[in-house]
Amino acid sequence: MSDVIISVENLGKKYRIQHQAEGRRYVALRDVIAQKFAARFKFLRRSQKSEVRSQNPTSDLRPPTTGSDPTSDLRPPSSEDFWALRNVSFEVKQGEVVGIIGRNGAGKSTLLKILSRITEPTEGRIRIRGRVASLLEVGTGFHPELTGRENIFLNGAILGMHRAEIKKKFDEIVAFAEVEKFLDTPVKRYSSGMYVRLAFAVAAHLEPEILIVDEVLAVGDAQFQKKCLGKMSEVAHGGRTVLFVSHNMAAVSGLCGSAIWLVDGMVCARGRADELVHKYLAAVSTAGSTFQLSRRHTGDDVRIGRIELIVDGIPSTNIQAGQSCIIRVYYRRVSDRSIDSLSLSVMLYSDGQKLTNLWTNCHTEFTANCQRLPMAGFGDCCIEKWPFRSHTIRVDIFSHTNNSTQDWVEEALVFNSHDGDYYGSGVIPNPDQGIMFLNHSWRFYADK
Amino acid sequence: MELLIEPGRAEKNYWRDLWRYRELFYFLAWRDILVRYKQTVIGVAWAVIQPFLTTVAFTLVFNRVAKLPAPAGVPYFLMVMAAQLPWQFFSTSLSASSSSLIGNANLISKIYFPRLIIPAGSVITSFVDFLITTGLMAAMMLWFRFVPDWRLLALPLFVALAFGAAFGAGLWLCALNVKYRDFRYIIPFIVQFGFFLSPVGYTSDRVPDIWLWHGLDIPARLLYSFNPMVGVIDGFRWALLRGQTDFWWPSIQLSIVLTVALCASGIWYFRKMERTFADVI
Repeated sequence: MSDVIISVENLGKKYRIQHQAEGRRYVALRDVIAQKFAARFKFLRRSQKSEVRSQNPTSDLRPPTTGSDPTSDLRPPSSEDFWALRNVSFEVKQGEVVGIIGRNGAGKSTLLKILSRITEPTEGRIRIRGRVASLLEVGTGFHPELTGRENIFLNGAILGMHRAEIKKKFDEIVAFAEVEKFLDTPVKRYSSGMYVRLAFAVAAHLEPEILIVDEVLAVGDAQFQKKCLGKMSEVAHGGRTVLFVSHNMAAVSGLCGSAIWLVDGMVCARGRADELVHKYLAAVSTAGSTFQLSRRHTGDDVRIGRIELIVDGIPSTNIQAGQSCIIRVYYRRVSDRSIDSLSLSVMLYSDGQKLTNLWTNCHTEFTANCQRLPMAGFGDCCIEKWPFRSHTIRVDIFSHTNNSTQDWVEEALVFNSHDGDYYGSGVIPNPDQGIMFLNHSWRFYADK
Repeated sequence: MELLIEPGRAEKNYWRDLWRYRELFYFLAWRDILVRYKQTVIGVAWAVIQPFLTTVAFTLVFNRVAKLPAPAGVPYFLMVMAAQLPWQFFSTSLSASSSSLIGNANLISKIYFPRLIIPAGSVITSFVDFLITTGLMAAMMLWFRFVPDWRLLALPLFVALAFGAAFGAGLWLCALNVKYRDFRYIIPFIVQFGFFLSPVGYTSDRVPDIWLWHGLDIPARLLYSFNPMVGVIDGFRWALLRGQTDFWWPSIQLSIVLTVALCASGIWYFRKMERTFADVI
């Protein structure tokens, strides 16, 4: 077929994970030398070990250790192969905008890295017709000491544009970024908004046949994001092919025609973007409290333990509109430091859209009392009448004390919300009549 | 244009890709040069002051204190400076290229290009410094009213030799530096060690041909010439100073052989390691 622009056949990428090097990614020469020495003088240790063994008969029952292999000490103690991608095959046609979805660690970034040739596959092959440009992160290669003008040229070259091409587009880029006045100022003096705008402007004016975009839309203010989305769909309408990786499901289903869903390095499904996003969200939601996804704790005062949805006094993963419920957050204080202000956010999302934030700071009586916070316990967020209709609800939790972020857990809890008799009247409006219920009443009066 | 990605593919198209990405190479070198002279307060002046003061110090120490004689008709100062030129170039490009890959880690982990561009770019940046110092050398020759002769025409050959030595050694060091992250602590040591083993403050004929050690005849000067910079520095002096310094063929020959070997093995090792850079860095 002539209009297939990317064809991927049986792609696989293997990494070797070293368990020993936890938290340290690099090999140090010092360690290598130390290991070689250890191997050389191993006979000493082995003789000591056998003495111990003879004194302790039970130890003979243990399986033989790695010591039997003479080379084993040269290698890190335990390393194993990990296939980040395996048997991945798909085709992308000219002009398609394809979203790539999947959980963290499903292999999305590895796929993009191979497509943009940053790393080589271990097996399989890819055929690409046309120039590929990747926006793995806007502003790659920007140098803070250089002026806006210089950075436009540099960044353009890094992204694969020719000098003549950059010159031709220069004015357009500057206008898009709205930085005319600061062209000859080093970008280190730019505000972060200006910086991002300039970086994206350069990238947006690339004209490759295939554009690879990874999470760039996470930056910038809402208005600028809108502009970026506009630019992306413009690129797509111009007949060019876009591969888009994002966790923002609303953006994926809005921008992409089709999608590829990766699970554990394999293609789980390929199809229309909106359908796949729907399926993906449904699959993600079955788990209940997942609590393992991107978790960032930076503070050292308070830890979030787990989080539960409690309906009728028992933990549940389902709730009907109109029921009362409690969102219970378990915590533990890990330092004796007094807590001046604890702020807890329970954020509810559906389809990537933030529905609401149940925020302790809106309740001054809580804020005043948090100095007497027990060392461990739980906090209950009580909801009298659950207002949302049929949704998959994702809960993110964020805690903040003493001016530092403590915990931020994305997808700490996922549960299903169902339509229900919210108004207690037995009448439930059709599902197309809005996403939620609102406590309200009607009264009628005569005119004058 | 069809692009095929499969295991081992980048390996085959390496040199073609290198040529295709030449524009990126110009831009990265241009960036490094621009930044280098923007960041330091005195900018370009630094490339002049540093070798000048070093040369003054060496002249005082080796000529006035250690009483080493200068060759006939050549001021000691010029003799030191002629050696400073290649040595300074060699040592700055060695330290710059060894840290260059780590410094550009964000580029390497996000964009494809032949990685050879990066250490090559930092050698070029150091070469700009070298050109500035060459200007200083010319000024000093005017000051001492010293006119070089036809031998000056051979200088480009020795410049090329210095370039090769710096590039080859730089490739080794920068690849090792990515692999072993503590390797950078060794680099300043290598540079300093190399400095004492190079005839910068003195002439290489101060090293005896044969050194008697416990009844053994040790070919000291030949061993000494295994430092490729010995031949390069001798060549610079010969070309710049009217051939007044000793021109010892074996050291030049050895230097050429070693430089070629260093470059070839450097490229081989770099390319061997290159495949894993994006995963490791």
